[in-house]
Amino acid sequence: MFDQLSDRLQETLSEVRSRGKLTEADVDKAMREIRLALLEADVNFKVVKRFTAQVKERCLGAGVLDSLNPGQQVVKIVDSELAALMGGASRDLAVASSGPTVILMAGLQGSGKTTACAKLAKHLGDDGKKVGLVACDTQRPAAVEQLVTMGKRAGATVFEQGTDRDPVEIAEWGLGQARSQGIDALIIDTAGRLHVDELLMDQLVAIRKRTKPHNVLLVLDAMTGQDAVNVAESFAERVEFDGVVLTKLDGDARGGAALSVKAVSGKPILYASTGERIEQLERFHPERMASRILGMGDVLSLIEKAEEVSDADQAAELERKIRKQQFTLEDFLTQMKQVRKMGPLQNVLGMMPGMGKAMKQIRQIDVDDRELDRLEAIILSMTPAERANPTLIDGSRRKRIARGSGTTVQAVNQLVKQFGQMRKMMAQLAQGKMPDPAQLMKGMR
Amino acid sequence: MEWEDLIHNVPSGSSQGASATGDPSAARIPPGPDGSDEGRAAQRGGRFARLRERLSKSRQALSAELSASLFDKLDEETWERLEEALIVADVGAKATAEVVGRLEQEVVSGEVSGPEATRERLIELLAELAGATAPRIDLAETPTVIMVVGVNGTGKTTTIGKLAAVLKERFGLSVIVAAADTYRAAAIEQLEVWAQRSGTEIVRGNSGGDPGAVVFDAIAAAEARGTDVVIVDTAGRLHTHDNLMEELAKVRRVAANRLEGAPHETLIVIDATTGQNGLRQARAFAETAGVTGVALTKLDGTARGGIALAIAGELGIPVKMIGVGEGVEDLRPFDAEEFARALLDE
Repeated sequence: MFDQLSDRLQETLSEVRSRGKLTEADVDKAMREIRLALLEADVNFKVVKRFTAQVKERCLGAGVLDSLNPGQQVVKIVDSELAALMGGASRDLAVASSGPTVILMAGLQGSGKTTACAKLAKHLGDDGKKVGLVACDTQRPAAVEQLVTMGKRAGATVFEQGTDRDPVEIAEWGLGQARSQGIDALIIDTAGRLHVDELLMDQLVAIRKRTKPHNVLLVLDAMTGQDAVNVAESFAERVEFDGVVLTKLDGDARGGAALSVKAVSGKPILYASTGERIEQLERFHPERMASRILGMGDVLSLIEKAEEVSDADQAAELERKIRKQQFTLEDFLTQMKQVRKMGPLQNVLGMMPGMGKAMKQIRQIDVDDRELDRLEAIILSMTPAERANPTLIDGSRRKRIARGSGTTVQAVNQLVKQFGQMRKMMAQLAQGKMPDPAQLMKGMR
Repeated sequence: MEWEDLIHNVPSGSSQGASATGDPSAARIPPGPDGSDEGRAAQRGGRFARLRERLSKSRQALSAELSASLFDKLDEETWERLEEALIVADVGAKATAEVVGRLEQEVVSGEVSGPEATRERLIELLAELAGATAPRIDLAETPTVIMVVGVNGTGKTTTIGKLAAVLKERFGLSVIVAAADTYRAAAIEQLEVWAQRSGTEIVRGNSGGDPGAVVFDAIAAAEARGTDVVIVDTAGRLHTHDNLMEELAKVRRVAANRLEGAPHETLIVIDATTGQNGLRQARAFAETAGVTGVALTKLDGTARGGIALAIAGELGIPVKMIGVGEGVEDLRPFDAEEFARALLDE
């Protein structure tokens, strides 16, 4: 639904462009589309109501309806209003002036607290902090074992006392341990609880009182529906959480719940969990979420990821080569390795603008990471000279490469041919022409 | 709706265990003396009251949206408020529009008139959406293999623990649970605790091992011992991860290769707090794993689980059971009418 909202708006409004001017009725029609799309994305219905009223007001305001492309104008307004709703710039965790920074994690059952704890531990650990985890979920069977296992993977110290002691006491004891062991950041995992469970909510309040956390984070499943607002309001009232960790964002949920929570509680989303692996937790960038929701891609995240895995000199050299069509299979191999460092190909592609629609096709044709393994194997079976100049590759070389990589001559042929096409396309890209995504995909396969 | 209405072809010679249950309310209510269902109807009233109490004990009264007097006056505002109430319950814009549109049309045409009749018709329409026929789980095969799938954190393991207890205590069946979630840390241990509680056997492999092998072993063990039911716990996975979905398809194939017709039942566990994404989840799992029913969990919060209606309506996958609390007795067979009423917080 949502991936096409911007397209649908454009379509709805461009139909009437031929008549010259947009009328208020046209705008109402667009608002209905927006309302439907937002509801399908699980944005709370009260937030939707307020939102469409605001957008409508701006659309009817100065100049929009008479502009050359009112469709684009409306999309722009929706985008900026969504961004405003998601709220300002991203925020950091509060840090203790001395002693360990304490982070209390709370949330419903199954929202992903324990996993989020371990991922956050890994994230902070990668920042050079000494991280501790306290296992206060004495409720769910084997929750302590889960935290111990995942904590180990994250390289954090896990403080646990089994399931017989009171979680409030375990939390306090854990904090004492963290102090004496010089821990920089202490993350407290708690049992999942329903926001209407008075007893367990009292327990959470008690943990908060005793450990005086610098940050209380609500862990929220990105797939949550209309109820997200009730949950957030209850947790806000009882434990005054400071921010949200959004989990399971690697699914195809639009995350309208997150948007609603921000709109209703005013609490920012600090982190988003985007995959099964322990390092797949990211700082959340609210200003980028609106575009992602509208299907405009998340170029900024993509660029940042690319920056993380490549260095500037290399990038400049590469750009020069691409422009001059001197890009070799060797460079291609290096690039492919770097792209793969950014995560599974599907995630990376999902962030590219214009890929919203293409992603559907991609899912069908299935961007297979194993396919990339095969490509890698083929290139690795070539000599350096062949990689620099694929025209060298004649019949007998093809046979040798196919044998060496465990593939077929046809596969080698295909790679060489597609590489040629890709080289052309990349040169175009570098000159600022955006190739058709479908065409690009064909090149990549 | 009782468990006996949901679960059919219970293997013979196993019913003596039914009286062993510790929950007095779980005892079977025989039909009335004249053969009518009066006895059961009375029981249903009691059940219904209990469910309603569970479901609504903490909900902010929807009465603001849907007061008893909602249908007193039938105008534009009524339909709008009704729409909002259903949207808030996560029924989804599409299914909501269908139900409300139909009700409105029937009222306008005069087919339905009066507040009481309108309300009852609404319940009927919602119940119809949930499924025209009563859901059933068939245990004719020995062993019957029930596979449980779903995204992460919906309550698969807990549901399996409860279901195993119901089959064992209420129906006196022998059950093996297969710990085929070899991915999540401590998932096997979690299932082990549940198996201990309900006194069922568990077949497990190693953490990180092949889930298919666990299922293979579990079915083999069940065949060797004449066990009635095998319940397979699978790792939670997001439906967008194609490789993990492929793994699930493989586990299914392993089961089918070991025992023809297995898995006989595949339940997707959906968290009641799930929004419209639940539809995509159900669709993807149905494609890969041939889902035959929904278990809707966590209905004891403020979420109403309307997504189950959207799933049933759009994909034709019936809801078979619901979870309304932490206790074993809080897993219940699904009753469409009861659910529709609870949805509107009557």
